[in-house]
Amino acid sequence: MSSEAAGLVTIALAGQPNVGKSTVFNRLTGLNQHVGNWPGKTVEQKTGEMEYEGTPIRLVDLPGTYSLTANSEEERVARDFILRERPDVVIAIVNAAALERNLYLLAELLVLPRPVVIGLNMMDVAESQGVRVEPEVLEAALKVPVVPLVASRNQGLLPLVAAALRVAAAPGAFAPLRPEIRATHRPVLAAIAAGLAGKLPPLYPTDWAALKLLEGDAEIAAVVRAAAPEAWDDIHPLLLKHEDAYLDIAGGRYEWIARMVRAAVVRPRAGVVTITDRLDRVATHPLGGLALLLGVLAAVFWLTYAAAAPLVSLLGRAISGSLAGAVRSALTPAPSWFAAFVVDGLIRGAGMVLSFLPILVFFFALIGLLEDVGYMARMAYVMDRFMHRLGLHGKSSLPLFLGFGCNIPAVLGTRIIEDRRARLLTLLLAPLVPCTARLAVVTFLAPAFFGELATWAMVGLVALNLVVLVVVGVALNKLVFRGAKTAFIMEMPLYHVPNLRTIGLFVWNNVWAFLKKAGSVIVVVAAIVWALSSWPGPGMEHSVLAGLGRALTPIGAWIGVDDWRFIVALLTSFVAKENTIATLGVLFSAGERGVGLAGRVAAALPPSAAFAFLAVQMLFVPCAATVAATRQEAGWRWALLSVVMLLALSLAVGSVTYQVLSRM
Amino acid sequence: MLRPLSDLKSGERGIVRELQGGRRLAARLAGLGLTPGALVGVVHNYGRGPLTVAVLHTRVALGLGQAARVLVETTEAER
Repeated sequence: MSSEAAGLVTIALAGQPNVGKSTVFNRLTGLNQHVGNWPGKTVEQKTGEMEYEGTPIRLVDLPGTYSLTANSEEERVARDFILRERPDVVIAIVNAAALERNLYLLAELLVLPRPVVIGLNMMDVAESQGVRVEPEVLEAALKVPVVPLVASRNQGLLPLVAAALRVAAAPGAFAPLRPEIRATHRPVLAAIAAGLAGKLPPLYPTDWAALKLLEGDAEIAAVVRAAAPEAWDDIHPLLLKHEDAYLDIAGGRYEWIARMVRAAVVRPRAGVVTITDRLDRVATHPLGGLALLLGVLAAVFWLTYAAAAPLVSLLGRAISGSLAGAVRSALTPAPSWFAAFVVDGLIRGAGMVLSFLPILVFFFALIGLLEDVGYMARMAYVMDRFMHRLGLHGKSSLPLFLGFGCNIPAVLGTRIIEDRRARLLTLLLAPLVPCTARLAVVTFLAPAFFGELATWAMVGLVALNLVVLVVVGVALNKLVFRGAKTAFIMEMPLYHVPNLRTIGLFVWNNVWAFLKKAGSVIVVVAAIVWALSSWPGPGMEHSVLAGLGRALTPIGAWIGVDDWRFIVALLTSFVAKENTIATLGVLFSAGERGVGLAGRVAAALPPSAAFAFLAVQMLFVPCAATVAATRQEAGWRWALLSVVMLLALSLAVGSVTYQVLSRM
Repeated sequence: MLRPLSDLKSGERGIVRELQGGRRLAARLAGLGLTPGALVGVVHNYGRGPLTVAVLHTRVALGLGQAARVLVETTEAER
């Protein structure tokens, strides 16, 4: 059988959303996985490596989709991969408790020219609902290998891989029962197929292309128009005549599914009232759900900051105190400028940023937990009514909520929004959500600026920020997007026991992205800021940076900030928000010893200007990484619009705040 | 008599007869099990905000606007 020489086996993992597909993927690949993008697409691609009895396997996680009709980029990516990359075998993960709906995707996979193996997941959930599914009977009906799984408890995964390898080794033996369309449309399907025969690029199987044309698939229509214009002229009138065939085809698939599962599934006569239904009576109730949501959000933020704050200050002290001291004495033989660069530039600057790490770990762990348990869909549901006022629907609240952790996952998270207009609007709003980096800057500076009133000042700043977000959302929706409405359609997954491994990987992927940023961009900026602040000298007062900051003080005066060091801190926050602290750390660390950084910074600004400064800091131009992510998702025009909009907005809000506060 | 799904109260059931609102919307609904002929039950409909429906042993949330495009034939009081 397959030896090393037989080479790599590629397995594609397909499945509808909420079937535990990522649990299967994570279990099989562990940390041997790479998260990236499909080439040229804004769809996440996960691949991983594993080995089974000496056979090396490449596992490709296809996007979770309900069908393969090219309605969304995810669906196009999934079917293009199967057609173009021709994986050796496709594993279709289905939820045993909702088999009929889940097999819809299988019905589409079986008409593609690759062998399929079914992973019948969530057998435990089905059992708890009194649903009996018999894998052997299903296998006999479909003539497709079926392996029962409980992926969350690691049951059945290796037999699944073994079954997939068996099919991959003998693809010729794979002869499933394929779904047929209703009798009424069979003649027209045959006519289209006859018209296409031999005229398409070899990538596309004729029968499949004919079926997709009848379903009104615009992408395949374009392929046919380009490859066989004369065939298209014959086919097009047929398609127009059978324009509503797509509903019949979809209905036909469900009828086929019903026949396939009839003998394999036994359901209790009276539907079981599941725990999910009982919980949702509260979680989706207009009032109860809102109260629960507010409670959950409050708990997330309280836990994040209460649990992380001691760790943050501990890390901060360790980095700027012990570590800086130890490094300084270790560097005594080195030239003094080098010691100053490492200690004041790198450790006090970039190193301080690392002290925010606990906040990110706690926040993403809690979000990962809510997501894995199934609560996030309820949040979208409850938020839908409110998001409508912004011209958005419930799903937009999910990436925006992620934005409280970091704006980059928020920008990438807008991918779940199908409608382009709603997606762009969410993209523009995402940087207005105060991320942990900005909140950490405020948490660091507010106590020094406002003393006992710090908590109120912080609440005020966050509230101001959120009011701006809503006002901008309503305005953008009216002015730019002209108040168009979008469709809200979303499956409500079953609640389930969280899986630590899934949450752990979620935290790891997000924190790792942050560490990479801290290790590269932020270190470079801290170094540049330090260099510009020491050159040409003598002293910082005569540096390039001081010159730039002074040149901009007329603008700073709008918000009452006449100290160039704050303006420079704001400018460097474009590279990364944490730099506000890093830069202030560098610029205020020279000279005076003894007084803490926060104290020295606070002494330089009156409270009204300090509040305005922090308001601008929170609303300022998104960080470079967020701008880069926006460009990747929506193009330069939208990224630029986002930068200009926030620059104007932050200065406007900052000046108004300062004018009001300084008159009080 | 056909009624828009959005008019059904919590607990009412019906059979989908017609999908309006174009091919894109219909294709998305079909992937979730909402095709002509499907049995659908309203789990929660509070009259404002999205409603939750049960279809093929799954729960799907639909905006009121989308639910209004799904026309169902109600199967009255089947107890």
